[in-house]
Amino acid sequence: MSNTKQYIVKRFVYLLATMFAVSVVIFGLANALPGNVARTILGSYATEDKVNALEAQLGLNDPLYVQYLDWLHGVLTLNLGNSIKYGQPITELVIPKLLNSLQLAGVTMVIVVTIGIALGVVSAVKHNGRVDSVISTFVYAGVSIPEFVTGLLLILLLGGPVFSVFPASGYVSPFESVVGWGTHMFLPALTLSIVLMTHVVRQTRSEMVEALNSEYADAARLKGLSRQKVIIKHALRNSLLPTITVIALNFGYLMGGLVVVEELFAYPGIGRLVVGAIRNRDLPLIQAAVLVIAFTYTFGNFLADILYTRLNPQIDYS
Amino acid sequence: MIPDNRLTKPTRTNRFYRLHRVADRLRWFTKNDKILYPSVVISVIMVVSVLGPYISPFDPTATHPTETYLAPNAKYLFGTDHIGRDLLSRVLIGGRSTLLLGVGSTALAMTFGVPIGLLAGIKGGYIDEAIMRVMDVIMSFPTLLLALILLTSLPSNVWTAMLAVGVVFIPKISRVVRSSTLEVKNEEYVEAARVRGESDGYIMFYEVLPNIIPPIAVESTIRVGYAIIIGASLSFLGLGAQPPAPDWGYMIAQSQNHIWQTPWFLIWPALFLGLTIFSFNVLGDGLRDELDPKVTGDQV
Amino acid sequence: MSSTKTSPEQHQSNPVLSVASVSVEYATKEGSVKALRHVSFDIQPGEVFGLAGESGSGKSTLARAILRALDDNGSQTSGSIQYKGEDLQNLSPNALRSLRGSDIAFVPQEPAKALNPSIEVGEQIAETIREHQNLSESEVQSQTIEMLRQVNISDPDYCAESYPHELSGGMKQRVAFAIGLSCNPDLLILDEPTTGLDVTTEGKVLQMIDDLIEEFETSILFVTHNLGVLAEKADRVGILYAGEIMEIGATKDVFTNPSNPYTQGLLAAVPDIDRDVEIEAIPGEVPDLSAAPTGCVFADRCEFATEECHEGSIDLETVTPGHETRCRRLETVQSDPIQAELRDARTNYSGSKILEVTNLKKYYGQSSFVDRLFGSESPVKAVDGVSFDIHESETLGIVGESGCGKSTLARTLLQLLEPTAGEIRFRGESIDMIGSRTLPQLAASQSKMADFRKEVQVVFQDPESSLNPSNTVYETLERPLELFTDLTQEERENRIEEIIQQVDLGITYLDRHPHELSGGEKQRVAIARAFAGNPSLVILDEPVSALDVSVQASIINLLRELREEYGTSYLLISHNLGVINEICERVAVMYLGEFVEMGTTEEIFQPPYHPYTRALLTNIPTTEMDTADRRVYLEGDVPSARDPPVGCSFHSRCPQKIGDICECERPELEQAADSDTHTVACHLDEKEMMVPLAEDIEESDR
Repeated sequence: MSNTKQYIVKRFVYLLATMFAVSVVIFGLANALPGNVARTILGSYATEDKVNALEAQLGLNDPLYVQYLDWLHGVLTLNLGNSIKYGQPITELVIPKLLNSLQLAGVTMVIVVTIGIALGVVSAVKHNGRVDSVISTFVYAGVSIPEFVTGLLLILLLGGPVFSVFPASGYVSPFESVVGWGTHMFLPALTLSIVLMTHVVRQTRSEMVEALNSEYADAARLKGLSRQKVIIKHALRNSLLPTITVIALNFGYLMGGLVVVEELFAYPGIGRLVVGAIRNRDLPLIQAAVLVIAFTYTFGNFLADILYTRLNPQIDYS
Repeated sequence: MIPDNRLTKPTRTNRFYRLHRVADRLRWFTKNDKILYPSVVISVIMVVSVLGPYISPFDPTATHPTETYLAPNAKYLFGTDHIGRDLLSRVLIGGRSTLLLGVGSTALAMTFGVPIGLLAGIKGGYIDEAIMRVMDVIMSFPTLLLALILLTSLPSNVWTAMLAVGVVFIPKISRVVRSSTLEVKNEEYVEAARVRGESDGYIMFYEVLPNIIPPIAVESTIRVGYAIIIGASLSFLGLGAQPPAPDWGYMIAQSQNHIWQTPWFLIWPALFLGLTIFSFNVLGDGLRDELDPKVTGDQV
Repeated sequence: MSSTKTSPEQHQSNPVLSVASVSVEYATKEGSVKALRHVSFDIQPGEVFGLAGESGSGKSTLARAILRALDDNGSQTSGSIQYKGEDLQNLSPNALRSLRGSDIAFVPQEPAKALNPSIEVGEQIAETIREHQNLSESEVQSQTIEMLRQVNISDPDYCAESYPHELSGGMKQRVAFAIGLSCNPDLLILDEPTTGLDVTTEGKVLQMIDDLIEEFETSILFVTHNLGVLAEKADRVGILYAGEIMEIGATKDVFTNPSNPYTQGLLAAVPDIDRDVEIEAIPGEVPDLSAAPTGCVFADRCEFATEECHEGSIDLETVTPGHETRCRRLETVQSDPIQAELRDARTNYSGSKILEVTNLKKYYGQSSFVDRLFGSESPVKAVDGVSFDIHESETLGIVGESGCGKSTLARTLLQLLEPTAGEIRFRGESIDMIGSRTLPQLAASQSKMADFRKEVQVVFQDPESSLNPSNTVYETLERPLELFTDLTQEERENRIEEIIQQVDLGITYLDRHPHELSGGEKQRVAIARAFAGNPSLVILDEPVSALDVSVQASIINLLRELREEYGTSYLLISHNLGVINEICERVAVMYLGEFVEMGTTEEIFQPPYHPYTRALLTNIPTTEMDTADRRVYLEGDVPSARDPPVGCSFHSRCPQKIGDICECERPELEQAADSDTHTVACHLDEKEMMVPLAEDIEESDR
């Protein structure tokens, strides 16, 4: 057990190191952006003196590493200054948006995991049969259509004047109306799910096919165990572990997909915030929002790794 | 143990033998539907994109203000958009930027990713660890987001989009190459090469690389599909191809506001975009089936 | 063991299993492969029937056909398989399911793969019991523990809660037996149950099988390629070749009076430490089974074959009642059998030393930076201070079981791994690059290294991985010539043609890729590559262990010929004492990174013995029909090289341990009394090491 603990500590240190590196990269990239922050704030008609004064006030004349340390200090104390565009404290802007996005991501993940694994198992059990080819075709189609196209097609089908079932944009808090929350969540979550689900179906299917062809499944059959027992007890158990890894990797894809889907459905989440900030060259906001997304992603991967070690009896800690 | 045909001269330089090999390759190419059909589709789309200007009925950027929002008809086979541009002509040429971005960024990612992965896998130790930690940091960003940030500091066009997507794919390619290298690295023929005193460079490019072509081929084919998706998404967000250039992703983005007036505006580019990505995915799968068979049916 | 052997006539009436004229075909892209053709035999209650064959003989196919578990592309095309009079092909899926695991049980070849990695082994036994017996859960659990006890697992409760990866190879095999026997089956099918186990572990599993035979009274179908194991365990044997039974009969009859050229050839090809004979290879290869063979399947490789052997169908002929052989030339075969010839006396070389190794150590430590931050685990001492010399034209064998460090030793000598300590001198010069500080020194050591690379070559174990799949044989052989010689293009071509013929392959092989070669052919090419640049020392790392017996013999003979042709020195690493005995002049016995005994081959195979050498020698299954169990059984498993026992590293398993001194003091290799070339690292006195093996007692009695 101490081995496991040691591994978790090791993994946590590694997480911190990654987060640190990520913050350096974000800071570096943001500073490579063309354009002058002070001038962006003051507008193009401000005098040179005023710009210089503001630059001094913002600390933009300090050496880069001092600026970085200041910013890092801000990150750690959750005090990131104000958005250039909105003038509000960045923390106040980012946190509610992040919570909205996490709701969307959560709902998506639930759909993906439940339906994805189920379809993968069915597909593997009916390996090379008709059901399998139907699911496989769906999988191919799923990975071949970008989210914004799926989203638009869904809007065309379900969100439009013909069947005005689901609103095609916006967000309603579940504290206001649970039904409203659900209907607003439905289309973006479904759009996000389709691509991700195909990955999970694919992975589950190939792992299950391999597990069902394995010598231990063969041995289980030769013990006289029933088909269901071989599938569920022997094959599925070993297939789930690699699937967890894929789901964790897809978490990154999900965060990327959020950007597009939130933009498409005008969903007030962190992705939309980033796109807006990039359009407005709102440098402090870009830095903060990108950092939040990257941290969420690395933290998600960390959790998946820990879960993996918990579930896998034979992980090699070295 | 001694074959009777000992005295025949080696056929290394025999032309007929070479031809035989080529025929073998061709037969291999055509025997799997998952390789044949997508290859045909991709070739057709490529040819059409290249020949676009010569075969399209209209100038793709020419507007016909009196003929907007038309459904498919005899004059405009695919209909027209909100400012009366011929959708068929735009779709025919729109493949150019899409394919360019997909293939170009993958090629870029491979140019860097393959040697990096080989180096990390062969060298091991600190070099490997340093390389892979850098790759991990790059991979800590969602792909699309990273491409987006890279693009904010560059002018928006197909070439910069290609560059951005290529850069974010480098870690993915190098990971696949590295893990394949690690698999091959401990094969006895690589150890035998070390015993001969071969250099790392020789081992990387003559002993390892030729034997990890299958996973690289599969990965890069599938990467092209992803690159197209990301490129189209960038266009959709307004950071890829710029108006009035005909680009499928950009056309789809524009259709958003006119989706109720004319679904054709969305459907044609979406169909072609989907078909292209679909073909690359199926091709990648077909290659996986043929090059990397895990299960063989003829065990005795 | 001999007491359990029943004469074949005893229960002719009600066989447990009756296989009658069974044929199996596999559908492949290249057409159908006729894996089995008209195979017939019965197994009587309580009988152990052994089925022997090389790879491709169809022996595993037969086992799976009986279980009705052929691969999807395989089908039984003729004949019937009856279990207690009932044709298995007529069973409903449910009836089949209740039969499997309960009446007919199966012990698979590789328990490491056949046990589910994510389920505790106790549960994997319990689920079988639960499926087939109407027991309460507490009864199921207690029976599970009881089964583990039956297969000699010392702490069954602990074992039941372990996952497969926490158990050693021998333990996993025991668990597989526990699963097979859990419902007291009437027929147990063992598919290569000891293949892949170390010889001392194999000995213990075979001993367990003896106990189980007595305890359970089950009939056994014992499928293996190892004739020695069958000679010990089976009542009757069938020899399978290319899908046909070539010879069948009581074990004693078949092994003392082999009446088929194939059986004779196999027996002559197995290296045997009890016979001082030269092994003989069977020429040629197993035929392609996609075409239906006419005549005798073995005719192409048979030295007795005449024209008529290639025609018609060949029936089984009776040799003596119950002993049948498929051969038309039975009389000739019996009167003038294939027999291995007596070996020439070994020469011991005293030429100049080519390689001198002094106190060589290789420790595996922590690798990554993060590990170093956290871990403070002790290193794995894979090679822990070995010293030896190799003389010109001499063959030194290093024998040991898996994990003893012999492959690490080979890789360290080859400079694939950096030694932790010690010195390697080649032709008197140290090849250590670390000591060179200045540039001229570095250049000098680099040129010494280049010489070393040219002079020292290697042949590895696995023919499947020894050749670069994307190069032709010609390209493979050309590369060392480019590197090590100044030959012109034309001279290289001539040399390549010469060397490919020296390894008994024709020049038509030069254009082939590795996937177009058989395992034996690949190994020949790997040997040709090693010899192409005319090296003075070739390191052979288990060169024949992945090959079938008949191919193995031909490779050993080839190595012998090349040694004479080129005067090359060999360092032969093997787990197989038989192979070592065939070809080595001197032998070192390795255990946990150390040499425990070293001497000429005669000295190693005769007393005085190190207790570990004794255990190795007595555990080898042999085809000689002796009856006494002479095995020395070792306790437990090989300890971890990370934490080897203090004192003598073998003390934790030594059956001849004498006391505290073994646990405290590490014995050094000291000269034994019999010869000045023989050294043993043991605290025992000479008299105790002189106790002969059980078999030797018998011989002295005669």
